[in-house]
Amino acid sequence: MDKVRTTPKTTANRMKSYLEEGKRFDGRTPEQFRELTIEKDVSIKAEGSVRVRLGKTEVIVGIKMATSEPYADSPTKGNLMVTAELLPLSSPRYESGPPKIGAIEWARVTDRGIRESGFVDFEKLCIEEGKKVWTVFVDVYSVNDDGNLMDAATIGAIAAMKIAKVPKYDAEKDKVLYDELTDEGLPLTDIVPVAVSVHKLGKTLIVDPTRDEEDVSESRTTIGSSKGVISSLQKSNSAALEIEEIKKVFEISARISEEILDKIEKAIK
Amino acid sequence: MDRKIVVPGEIIIEGDEYLPGDSTEKKDGKILALRYGLAEEQNNLIKVIPLSGVYHPRRGNVVIGKIENVLANGWLIDIGASDSAFLSLMEVPKYVNKDAMEEVLAIDEMVLVKIWSINKRGIDLSLKSRGLGKVGEGLIFNVNSNKVPRIIGKEGSMIKLIKDNTGCDITVGQNGTVLVKGSAIDKELFAKKAILYIEERSHLTGLTEMVTKWFGEKK
Amino acid sequence: MTEFKSSSDNVKETSSKNSFQRPDGRSVTEMRPVKAKVGVIPCADGSAMFQSGKTIAIAAVYGPKKMHPQHQQNPRKGQLRCEYNMISFSVDDRIRPGRNRRAMEISEITKWALEPVVMLEDYPNQVVDVHVNIIQADAGTRCAGINAAAMALAHAGIPMKDMVSSVSIGKLDKTLVVDLTKEEEDFEEGEGPTDIPISMTTSGKVTHMQLDGKIGVKQLQESVDMANVACKEIYEIQKEALKKAVEDIK
Repeated sequence: MDKVRTTPKTTANRMKSYLEEGKRFDGRTPEQFRELTIEKDVSIKAEGSVRVRLGKTEVIVGIKMATSEPYADSPTKGNLMVTAELLPLSSPRYESGPPKIGAIEWARVTDRGIRESGFVDFEKLCIEEGKKVWTVFVDVYSVNDDGNLMDAATIGAIAAMKIAKVPKYDAEKDKVLYDELTDEGLPLTDIVPVAVSVHKLGKTLIVDPTRDEEDVSESRTTIGSSKGVISSLQKSNSAALEIEEIKKVFEISARISEEILDKIEKAIK
Repeated sequence: MDRKIVVPGEIIIEGDEYLPGDSTEKKDGKILALRYGLAEEQNNLIKVIPLSGVYHPRRGNVVIGKIENVLANGWLIDIGASDSAFLSLMEVPKYVNKDAMEEVLAIDEMVLVKIWSINKRGIDLSLKSRGLGKVGEGLIFNVNSNKVPRIIGKEGSMIKLIKDNTGCDITVGQNGTVLVKGSAIDKELFAKKAILYIEERSHLTGLTEMVTKWFGEKK
Repeated sequence: MTEFKSSSDNVKETSSKNSFQRPDGRSVTEMRPVKAKVGVIPCADGSAMFQSGKTIAIAAVYGPKKMHPQHQQNPRKGQLRCEYNMISFSVDDRIRPGRNRRAMEISEITKWALEPVVMLEDYPNQVVDVHVNIIQADAGTRCAGINAAAMALAHAGIPMKDMVSSVSIGKLDKTLVVDLTKEEEDFEEGEGPTDIPISMTTSGKVTHMQLDGKIGVKQLQESVDMANVACKEIYEIQKEALKKAVEDIK
């Protein structure tokens, strides 16, 4: 395994002390996100695609649609498949080969956040009951890791899903005409599960860490919520949180989630 | 010849009177670049100064490294080279009890150390010089090792400029690892900003004036 | 799929190069518009983006660094390791994530295209990792990948004798053209399409060449000459991108 250059302890101590003054190295406050930019149509071959930048962190997300038979236990529902891949090109820490646990967790947390929320109206993805439904593939790729790929992934997935257009389906020939997109978007509800991860560094809770900050994070809790209703939660990393701390985490995450949703909607107009 | 940015394979200059220096080769009276960087001429010697690339350890370099492992007779230290470097018990100025090595230098701690030998076995380090030793606290970050000479400046002039304007103590390891120590974190971050500003512009002339102006604007 | 505007009469006259109509209106020796940029991935030691028409490739270089696993180390010199992959939504029919044979082959070909110019004698037991990803595909992906990889290697400060540039020469029925699009790859008239990706150094040496189709000896020789001209044009763009990255900083 290659040596991974992480934030030195002396710098980490400085970081934590500075945080106790309510300040971060890049001038942000603990509850401030970096500048969020969203570029549309990263790949014209996708039914919808975006490039999300949170500071220097970059992910690209694409939506592809295909038809298939529905699952036996849900004949009237379409399917959703969210994958997330940590590309080796995005960091010296990610290697080729089968995904390691960090990558797997990233993908699964992103998937659960979108799937369980009620964001997608699966019934409306049905083409013919019991016979044909749409499967929506949401593929997330990291392009540059400067921290908080977790939230960038969900932001990208949501943005891409919101701008995607359904391609024409030729029922007679049973063929999807990728060259011809309809004006119809994906069947989405107004429950948008923006994920905000809250990290604990020393005594302070922060959001949207840079890579240097994420190396110093003792605990991460990723929460997906919409309008104050939390639909997904995962606490990772070893440090324990006090009851008061975790309660604060819920509050911070749900509140900032609304701010981020607002930013996403403005960016994709 | 005016300094210019060149890419691999590019003809820097033509003429038999020129000689090929670092990262160049001579072919049919032409000097070709063998690396992406800044080509410059001095008394007909053409060389390319790299703007990027990994750290090449050299004997005598003073670097800042991280303790990776504590062995029976010394410590393995990551100095940013492809191989770990070794600091022997014998190269520490004071007596070290073999059972208490962790108390002198523990894993993950940072240390200012000198390369005293590079051979087939690896890189050997020493703490037997003034000013070397464990780094207790401060802001540590990395810059590209090729930029270190510009950050230090001619006879330390650039570092002095930063010290005078920020009130911080600055140690720049030849491996690109930098230590900044000041009376407040704000000052340390300011010094870091200055150093990164210099790193980005290391290929420009008149850098000292630029930096002085930058400090003037920031105050 | 749009029809070719050329009449079959024109195509049968083998040397009527000027009257051969390409679907996008280009002349037979014209490349698609090219965009190139370096430094697109801050984490990487070197990185670049290369776009040719609608094909977009990004590349990142990490190294030289210790080669793992240890048994693959070469004590005499450093090694180049390349990985090429297309992202799932770079094409109409989604590519399932995971290894596929075509990508594995192109990974190796990318390495062969670049290896002759990189000088890794000073880095025994070390490796330089090159990662190429295709974001959007419209033919010529391996060429775009090689172009991006060459820039990324230079950007990373890897010692190199020369730059490498890559282009696809095509034969559509009997006419040679430079830089095929996907539409042209699917050409169905006459002798059909032939695809010839070629990579060359700036000094004119061929480092990589493949053939998919059928072609006579003379025309194949002519393809190399055409590639030489096109590669020199691409080199100017690669060089400009590398210089701009530094010159843009004031």
